[in-house]
Amino acid sequence: MSTPFDEMYDDQGRVRPHYKEFDDWLTRQADGHIAHKRAEAELIFRRIGITFAVYGDEKGTERTIPFDQVPRIIPAKEWIVLEDGLKQRVKALNMFLHDIYHDEKILKAGLIPKEQIYNNSQYRPEMRFVDVPRNIYAHIAGIDIIRAGQGEYYVLEDNLRVPSGVSYMVENRKMMMRLFPALFERHRIAPVEHYPDLLLECLKTAVHSNSRKPNVVVLTPGMFNSAYFEHSYLAQQMGVELVEGKDLFVKNEQVFMRTTQGPQLVDVIYRRIDDDYLDPLSLRVDSTLGIPGILNAYRAGNVGIANAIGTGIADDKSIYPYVPKMIEFYLNEKPILQNVPTYQCRIKEDLQYTLANLKDLVVKETHGAGGYGMLIGPLATVAEIENFRKYLIDHPDKYIAQPTLALSTCPTFVESGVAPRHIDLRPLVLSGKQIKMVQGGLTRVALKEGSLVVNSSQGGGTKDTWVLES
Amino acid sequence: MLSRTADCLYWMARYNERAENTARMLDVAYQTSLMPQPVEFMHESWRKLLNVSLLEKLFESKYPTYTRENILQFMIFDEENPSSIVCCLNAARVNARIIRGSIPSEVWETQNLSWLNLEQFLPDSPSQDPSAFFEWVKYRCHLFRGVVFGTMLSNEALHFMEFGTYLERADNTSRILKAKYRTQNQQSQMSNNQTSLFKIDNTSETFDFYHWVSLLRSVSAFEIFRHTYSDQITPERIVELLVFNPQLPRSLNKCVNQLLQLITLLKNSKSKEIERLIGKLKSELDYSTIDDIYSEGLDQFIQRFLEKINHIADEFSSTYLIPLSG
Repeated sequence: MSTPFDEMYDDQGRVRPHYKEFDDWLTRQADGHIAHKRAEAELIFRRIGITFAVYGDEKGTERTIPFDQVPRIIPAKEWIVLEDGLKQRVKALNMFLHDIYHDEKILKAGLIPKEQIYNNSQYRPEMRFVDVPRNIYAHIAGIDIIRAGQGEYYVLEDNLRVPSGVSYMVENRKMMMRLFPALFERHRIAPVEHYPDLLLECLKTAVHSNSRKPNVVVLTPGMFNSAYFEHSYLAQQMGVELVEGKDLFVKNEQVFMRTTQGPQLVDVIYRRIDDDYLDPLSLRVDSTLGIPGILNAYRAGNVGIANAIGTGIADDKSIYPYVPKMIEFYLNEKPILQNVPTYQCRIKEDLQYTLANLKDLVVKETHGAGGYGMLIGPLATVAEIENFRKYLIDHPDKYIAQPTLALSTCPTFVESGVAPRHIDLRPLVLSGKQIKMVQGGLTRVALKEGSLVVNSSQGGGTKDTWVLES
Repeated sequence: MLSRTADCLYWMARYNERAENTARMLDVAYQTSLMPQPVEFMHESWRKLLNVSLLEKLFESKYPTYTRENILQFMIFDEENPSSIVCCLNAARVNARIIRGSIPSEVWETQNLSWLNLEQFLPDSPSQDPSAFFEWVKYRCHLFRGVVFGTMLSNEALHFMEFGTYLERADNTSRILKAKYRTQNQQSQMSNNQTSLFKIDNTSETFDFYHWVSLLRSVSAFEIFRHTYSDQITPERIVELLVFNPQLPRSLNKCVNQLLQLITLLKNSKSKEIERLIGKLKSELDYSTIDDIYSEGLDQFIQRFLEKINHIADEFSSTYLIPLSG
């Protein structure tokens, strides 16, 4: 791997223009000041209870996600390109979803092999010919962006099922403003705190008829879910009820919630549980998280669900390689954002290439999420690679491979001082009447030296993300 | 409001109230235990304290004797005792966390911080300075109440919390009364039989005085007693104050009055029965006298009162908290 692109310094070690002001401020902070503020932030996060539960930890310990005080800064002129590219991509993804559940034009045109769709567990035959409001499936899309090479932006993943992290985007901003108000006087930083307003506006459009003010609810698996804070945060910020499956029931193909004043009709469900668990009658029978009969109410058009049931197919890593083609096919436009080159192990030549180059590649499960079940070739031991090789030969369909990109780095506070650490970016794209987004996103940072895994479940931290008007 | 949310609000309030009352009760019991007295008597009064809360069996299965240290360990820290202060504060916080989106952030943060700060007291030795700990619990509960009234809308959510508070308080005050009253009878007997060094003035009067003062203090009513009666402290007057006084924030009458007002605000299509139950209890308190209580026997009176409070709690759950379907 060559030296990665650094967000703050160019290859001569000079501070990039959009970081000048920050660098100037940072050098004038007294020794220990930042460390002091850092401890303060940790205390505040604990008190506010911005914590997540770690899966597999039986004691139910709650952890905070480490918050780094060096912001990730994106100049406005770069952001404009990113934003256009993201909106274009999400628009095409929604058209793709509508198409595969209706006319299947893209399959008929032979751009994507049929079996790639039909054999995919994320494809929901129940949704065939079901019309969803405004033909929108992915109301909320979290698109993971990385920078590599000389700083080119790439799309790494499309998270269309239940992307999380947005509460950290907002809370990180509030925390930075609280800790370092002076920084905000010196910079013109695009605000992000209105995200819940945009989200509510978007969710309200997820109904067929608009005769009354839609009753929106957020559906959570419950307080033991690692993203529970975010679920309750968004419900509170939007001023809507946070419900669990047991709070809802279906009668006459309509969804009601159980309240102290009797049943109350529900119009839109922002669900934060996967398709599989939504309806024990039709999807997974052993689920206790869902609502029996909700699929029928949904198909009858009596309740909106965001994101739509069946959206996961477009989130799958085996579909990801086709997204640039989708953009050309549906929009007749050139993709603004590039994909990371991807080898589909189900294809013979790609598998052979992958097997021959395991030590240089990142191999990922097509349905995987959270940084689990992947192989990072350059960081793996010989034994790990050989184990993985055997498994890959037996299950080529389950994997894709990508070159190990040198993710860009950003200076980050670590024990020894300030050092570069790898980062990514997750902006959120909201599709309603229009496609909207706040200017920013969640920057995740791999705190371990050299690590490329930014997931919070694997020791990642977060940073405030500034889109800077110059 | 979601029935489940109402349920969490109600229990969050009940557990806070219980934590506070447990701290109050233990604090006076602890201070009383420092007074000169026969050892058996002290053990006996600790036992009574657990007896009224139906915790005797659990305690005896875990601890050999009713020593001060054991009781404090059991009532403050024991995670197997659902009424221990640690368990109450944990349960209150778990409920608050579930519904944190439905309460003001300040309310959640106050509750959460109580739990986080509890850690500083958590390690081994409760007996080091129990009074400071009880003070702290009371202080956190005062703060919680203040934040609730200072930040919450006067809506259903607040009413559900208040209902939980007053129901728990009615329960707790009557139990304190029961515990202390029984001890009083026992104690007179015991001191009469004793040839102890600790006999003061050859009668149990002085001891009685401290005993009753501690009872009043446990419900913050000592100064109020002075103010209301400016006269000798007698068991009858104490019972009268704690049962009938409509102004004392912890009297049974006050609690039931509040419950009645709250249930009027929370009316729904199924609430007729609970309105009737509370109304009936209120009129019974309104039209009884201290003589009626004594002719029935205080013990019996309180036993009946507790049963009614339980009945009201059950009816409340099925009216509001257990989801209404269809």
